[in-house]
Amino acid sequence: MSPTDSTQHAVVTPEGLQALFEALKRRNYRVIGPILRDGAIIFDDIASVGDLPKGWTDEQDGGHYRLHRRDDGALFGYAVGPHSWKKFLLPATQRLWSAERTEHGVAITPEPRPSERFAFIGVRACDLNAIAIQDRVLIGGAQADLRYQSRRQGAFIVALNCGVAGGTCFCASMHTGPKASGGYDLVLTELVDDGEHRFVVGVGSEGGGTVLAELPHRSAASEEVAAAEAVVAHTLANMGRAMYSDDVHDLLLRNLDHPRWDEVAARCLTCGNCTLVCPTCFCTTVEESSDLDGSRTARSQRWDSCFTMDFSYIHGGSVRATARSRYRQWMTHKLATWWDQFGTTGCVGCGRCITWCPVGIDITEEVAAIRGSEPS
Amino acid sequence: MEGLERIVKEHPFFAGMQNAFCDLVCGCARNVRFEAGQYLFHEGEPADWFYLLRHGRVALQVAVPGRGAVTFQTMAEGEIVGLSWLIPPYRWTYDAKAIGLTRAIAMDAKCLREKCEADHDLGYEMMKRFMPVLIQRLQATRLQILDVYGTPA
Amino acid sequence: MTAAITAADPMVPRVARVLRRRRNGPQVFTLDVEPEDPAPAFAPGQFSMLTAFGVGEAPISASGDPAEPGRLVYTIRAVGPVSSALTRLGPGDLLGLRGPFGMGWPMVEAPGRDVVIVAGGLGLAPLRPALYRLLAERARYGKIVLLYGARGPADILFRNEIESWRRRLDIDIAVTVDHAPPDWRGHVGVVTRLIARADFDPLHAVALVCGPEVMMRFAIAGLGEAGLADDAIYLSMERNMKCAVVFCGHCQFGTVFVCRDGPVFRYDRVRSLLAVKEI
Repeated sequence: MSPTDSTQHAVVTPEGLQALFEALKRRNYRVIGPILRDGAIIFDDIASVGDLPKGWTDEQDGGHYRLHRRDDGALFGYAVGPHSWKKFLLPATQRLWSAERTEHGVAITPEPRPSERFAFIGVRACDLNAIAIQDRVLIGGAQADLRYQSRRQGAFIVALNCGVAGGTCFCASMHTGPKASGGYDLVLTELVDDGEHRFVVGVGSEGGGTVLAELPHRSAASEEVAAAEAVVAHTLANMGRAMYSDDVHDLLLRNLDHPRWDEVAARCLTCGNCTLVCPTCFCTTVEESSDLDGSRTARSQRWDSCFTMDFSYIHGGSVRATARSRYRQWMTHKLATWWDQFGTTGCVGCGRCITWCPVGIDITEEVAAIRGSEPS
Repeated sequence: MEGLERIVKEHPFFAGMQNAFCDLVCGCARNVRFEAGQYLFHEGEPADWFYLLRHGRVALQVAVPGRGAVTFQTMAEGEIVGLSWLIPPYRWTYDAKAIGLTRAIAMDAKCLREKCEADHDLGYEMMKRFMPVLIQRLQATRLQILDVYGTPA
Repeated sequence: MTAAITAADPMVPRVARVLRRRRNGPQVFTLDVEPEDPAPAFAPGQFSMLTAFGVGEAPISASGDPAEPGRLVYTIRAVGPVSSALTRLGPGDLLGLRGPFGMGWPMVEAPGRDVVIVAGGLGLAPLRPALYRLLAERARYGKIVLLYGARGPADILFRNEIESWRRRLDIDIAVTVDHAPPDWRGHVGVVTRLIARADFDPLHAVALVCGPEVMMRFAIAGLGEAGLADDAIYLSMERNMKCAVVFCGHCQFGTVFVCRDGPVFRYDRVRSLLAVKEI
């Protein structure tokens, strides 16, 4: 098998997966993947296959997330948790530069570009799309976020075709999953149902092919490729939710004064959880710090949320002073104005905002409600 | 008086008005001038005349204890000074003072009210011309009240 | 391996030195600054991000002459911590400077037409570079009309300059104040009332509008009544801004980013957005 021939598939065992982690570490990647911590499956450093949440699954609904044991040893038998990969590509806080006042003036020292290289294990189709969307925002325009660019260009992505649809997943209707369609180096489909526990592996880049060639693997039998397709088909057929999104841009923009915004605002706590868990939300603010005599100062960037009052503050007050306007901003941005701004949707159907909303506000339900009660 | 007729017809307020109406209106008009500092009228006086400015500038003022005469609006060439003659009790609610030499057409309010009462077509024509002025003043006042340039506390 | 970030990092300011500070009115100051590296050219209507070291950064429109090389001018009202710190800077003090950013006034579209400038309050500052350009290339334009409204006589910006422009016979200037003390002999009333009195050809004119958003909405209505088409009216928008290069998300105005697509917008392109509250 040619290592870059993406039409061919290989098969690796869980031991082969361990070899993959080691191969990536040999290349100085920081290997990040799903682990179980504090009652949730999150992303952090993984040393071995043993760190993966083997035999666990999750139950998700509006404002609801619980872990359960599976009756098999699946390593990826759950949907997405509260973390997304933006935690690594666009860290919650990062210093931009520091300045020092000297006898001759002020010397500004830009923070060095990050040198860390990440290998992400188990990146689902929704999140691959989310990364592609953040790419358009942060490095696709006239100016590039150089820190994001460095992390992004250095990353090695091992994607995962989902074997489980979560209760709040709606990638199928957003045309973003559950099958990874590009933007990865390697892609895995986990086969756990019968016989040997194994992964069908596809290659998405030359680098991916080179790494695969170092792992113990064999060519996939046609039944195995078919079984992998069946896994995706089963996930596709079991989506927890759906959002008809073909008309959503115009639908929302012609209903900016729909009474439904008042109803959702009455429930929304404007806590910003949805913006934190959303894999495409990219908004940031900057903060200044200085030492006591003001001779050394620094500027840092941190995640911000359009749900705060400060976000839209201009001298004298906030442009979006009400919860209604802030929820509307978030949702219309995701689903409508993102198209105008960046030529793509801002929603990938991962369902995190539904699961992690403390009051269970459901973006799919909100869209449906507006569509179903449009004033004529 | 032919000169007066021409002057009335040329004033923007009467632009495009039929000759028959112009003749009626002219019967109530006369030419006036005010020197700088002279008052066109005072608050509380009967609103017997109103003015179509042809030249100069007029300050509309309200006396505020401790602050003196506060100008809340200045009127310029082409504009109308005085709207209180339109509604009972026909009394001025502010002072109007010429800032510089001012020429105007003075309209006898009682005369015009009577003609409008007698000829509702004329009355309607006048109403259509006054209403936009009232609305524009109202909108301007609204914006002024907002104090948009104020530094927020 | 760490690659050094060059000056091309859009988030890193350059250092600039204050050459001169003038007071323009209550809490309003104009700083002339000179960047340590050669000053980047700016177009009338563009803005920069100014850093008061240790305090923060704020978007400020350029208010100087675009033809004057090496010197950038900013007129700042002290309203928040950053703008207050900036207005306290004096000659020799250093500040951080990023930019210029954004789309400016339609100087290219304007030639051959009358130009009506409607400014309210501090809104005259971003329009001043356009005025410099118009007057420098006076023969290329039709009538030039400046209608300026301020809160009171003490708030009128650039008074000496306005007086010197008045002495030219090739620009019509009307200044009005909302609130007047007894000794004020000029116009009283909102700036929008000056529009109907102004002399220009609405079918061959372009209007540049800058001021508080409410004032701009009223001014646009007045220009429409005067006969200007929506696509002949330009306005400069203001929104919260942290990065000025689309990364931070703050300056979204519905479908557009004020930092990238503005701050100057043609009215017909944002008309529907201006009609939506809290967008």
